[in-house]
Amino acid sequence: MTATTSTSAAPATPAPLVEATRDDASLRRFLLGLPGVDQVGVEQRAAGLGTRSIKKDAKRWAIDTAISMVDLTTLEGADTRGKVRALAAKAVRPDPERQDTPRVAAVCVYPDMVATAVEALEGSGVHVASVATGFPAGRTSLEIKLADTKIAVDAGAHEVDMVIDRGAFLEGRYMAVFEEIQAVKAACGDAHLKVILETGELATYDNVRRASWLALLAGGDFIKTSTGKVSPAATLPVTHIMLQAVRDWHAHTGELRGVKPAGGIRTTKDAIKYLVAVHEVAGEQWLTPDLFRFGASSLLNDLLLQRRTQVDGHYSGPDYVTVD
Amino acid sequence: MPVFEYAPAPESRAIANLKDSYKPFVNGEFVDGSGEPLKTINPATEEVLAEVGTASKSDVDVAVKAARKAYNGVWSKMPGTERAKYLFRIARLIQERSRELAVLESLDNGKPIKESRDSDVPTAAAHFFYHAGWADKLEYAGYGPNPRPLGVAGQIIPWNFPLLMLAWKIAPALATGNTVVLKPAETTPLTALVFAEICQQAELPPGVVNILPGAGDIGASIVAHADIDKIAFTGSTEVGKAIQRQVAGTPKKLTLELGGKAANIVFEDAPLDQAVEGIVNGIFFNQGHVCCAGSRLLVQESIAEEVLEKLHHRVSTLRIGDPLDKNTDIGAINSAEQLAKIRGLVESGDAEGAERWTSPCPVPDRGFFFAPTVFANVHQSMRIAREEIFGPVLSVLTFRTPDEAVAKANNTPYGLSAGIWTEKGSRILWMANQLRAGVVWANTFNRFDPAAPFGGYQESGFGREGGRTGLEAYLNV
Repeated sequence: MTATTSTSAAPATPAPLVEATRDDASLRRFLLGLPGVDQVGVEQRAAGLGTRSIKKDAKRWAIDTAISMVDLTTLEGADTRGKVRALAAKAVRPDPERQDTPRVAAVCVYPDMVATAVEALEGSGVHVASVATGFPAGRTSLEIKLADTKIAVDAGAHEVDMVIDRGAFLEGRYMAVFEEIQAVKAACGDAHLKVILETGELATYDNVRRASWLALLAGGDFIKTSTGKVSPAATLPVTHIMLQAVRDWHAHTGELRGVKPAGGIRTTKDAIKYLVAVHEVAGEQWLTPDLFRFGASSLLNDLLLQRRTQVDGHYSGPDYVTVD
Repeated sequence: MPVFEYAPAPESRAIANLKDSYKPFVNGEFVDGSGEPLKTINPATEEVLAEVGTASKSDVDVAVKAARKAYNGVWSKMPGTERAKYLFRIARLIQERSRELAVLESLDNGKPIKESRDSDVPTAAAHFFYHAGWADKLEYAGYGPNPRPLGVAGQIIPWNFPLLMLAWKIAPALATGNTVVLKPAETTPLTALVFAEICQQAELPPGVVNILPGAGDIGASIVAHADIDKIAFTGSTEVGKAIQRQVAGTPKKLTLELGGKAANIVFEDAPLDQAVEGIVNGIFFNQGHVCCAGSRLLVQESIAEEVLEKLHHRVSTLRIGDPLDKNTDIGAINSAEQLAKIRGLVESGDAEGAERWTSPCPVPDRGFFFAPTVFANVHQSMRIAREEIFGPVLSVLTFRTPDEAVAKANNTPYGLSAGIWTEKGSRILWMANQLRAGVVWANTFNRFDPAAPFGGYQESGFGREGGRTGLEAYLNV
């Protein structure tokens, strides 16, 4: 699952992009020089694409694809090893009575739970993702962020979800954010880095676009909308802008980077709207767990219920799926 | 990985309540017209939808007499508050029958259901609501204390927005106290005749609205009729000129809303992804059958390549096919003649050396369809940069400076609409002042509102429809 997104054997970054990160001033010029985003336009487009009608075979395919893209997540202060093991079991066998249900992409936990998750998911093919870098606020020193990352990676995390320093970004200290992402990426080793922009705190779509490019320039394998701890979390228009960013990145460099909306996506209907956006904004290529994920905890059960409805021809109800 | 195929989601054609035959509507009744009946077809399948009775010259006379009688006897004497009630009732009935009207419109015209459902029918209802509000406030519209209606209005509408154009014409005419004789286009008469049913449902006094299906000769008889006080025409520039010639020297008032070749101008600092959306919406909305379509893309040279690349990517995702399918973005070309006209102009583009790109989307075998097409390297001297194509064909030109953009945008005999895409507010205002176009959209395209006047410059016609200005066209002020 790791082959397509890594930078190995990828074409060299084009000169203008290398130049963009030469120093503080050039990074600033580059980011401020990105095309603006018209709010009315992007929201209109997102709403318009949301009306695509997905039914029957297309819906079954979409549900299975969405399940395989879920990062099943528990990020609570009250997380226990028991809870993480239960979640891991669900990740491998989302619907015990329907063995053909695909497994999810990853289980996402805090760094101290990574070892438990790794053990529980041994050999299953489900990845372990860990939110590191002082999640969710990220208001701590770089040393601690790197140590946090190292703890997760040493414990066996395949994927690290880092939060950017929104304060530095809003102050316009782009180079500080850039260097921090680079440092965390280096600390990740072979693990994949997902960069959480916390778009709800960036406030404008222009900022979302700049932060997306900043994360891509610094080597993030994925750009992710939210921690799930701030409202608004993932929205369709924001995801559209991030999909445009990875599409444009691909056009410039030939590299494929991923997008992960997280927080607030609870229903199959919503998930399908995101898949339509992936399909029509970025392109068909991105319709794979390697390049698109859902950060969600409650979405999976709705996907499972809808999957049963499609297969059985009737709705079964929440008591027929497991709560973990 | 399997392809993400959207399942067909066709709207049921049963909702349209399609009948085998339709008749002209005169003096509150459906009557047998004495013209040769015509068959209206579904452009997406080429099947005959219904037979429609047409009017002859003598029917025009009967309809005008009925309209005159209704004008003198009832409608012009009625207080504005009473007229408003009828208009509100019509607006509500359009809403109540909106699904039926939307499906019927898509069947008859070929436009995608998502446009007839989300744009045409709601906007038509909005026009009646808006003008109903004016009916009792005409003294306050700024035309003096007692603005009077003109009398009987002869109205001729095109096939691209059959119901919406009817609303644009009938709503202000009735609100201001005129009565009407309206001729829908030959290829799309059905929704107008369902609108006649709505007039009956609303118990509109007989003769206030008369609808006469027919071809150009009926339009000509309406224009020539001595007892008509006002002509309102939307359609081709060629016919508009003929009408103007005919009306010249008579006391008839005239408004013309004719062709266009609008410039959609994209500056290098534009919000590019939304500009691409606006370009797509500007030219591919309603298969490009829009007189104010943004058919000439003027893009600043510094970003031309990037915009073209993005545009190809975006246009490739447009889905062409069954107009009744909710997933369809581009429906059918309205008629075989129109399709031939589009093909002819596209061939001239090839011959004159423009670079043609056609969307790889699958196109249905049956029906009149034309795949979205973008011409690059277009120059002002080419036919495709000067003539209205009225189809899903975009001509892309480039410019270097704002002055050049203005010069090229204005270098057309038309002047209906224009679009400006830039993040710089001062440039928007400056450009909007320089452009000779009735409507200038900034960072958007093809937005309509009953309160916003719409109309053209030069060969795009004169007079305005909508808003306070639009009322003037139906008032003696």
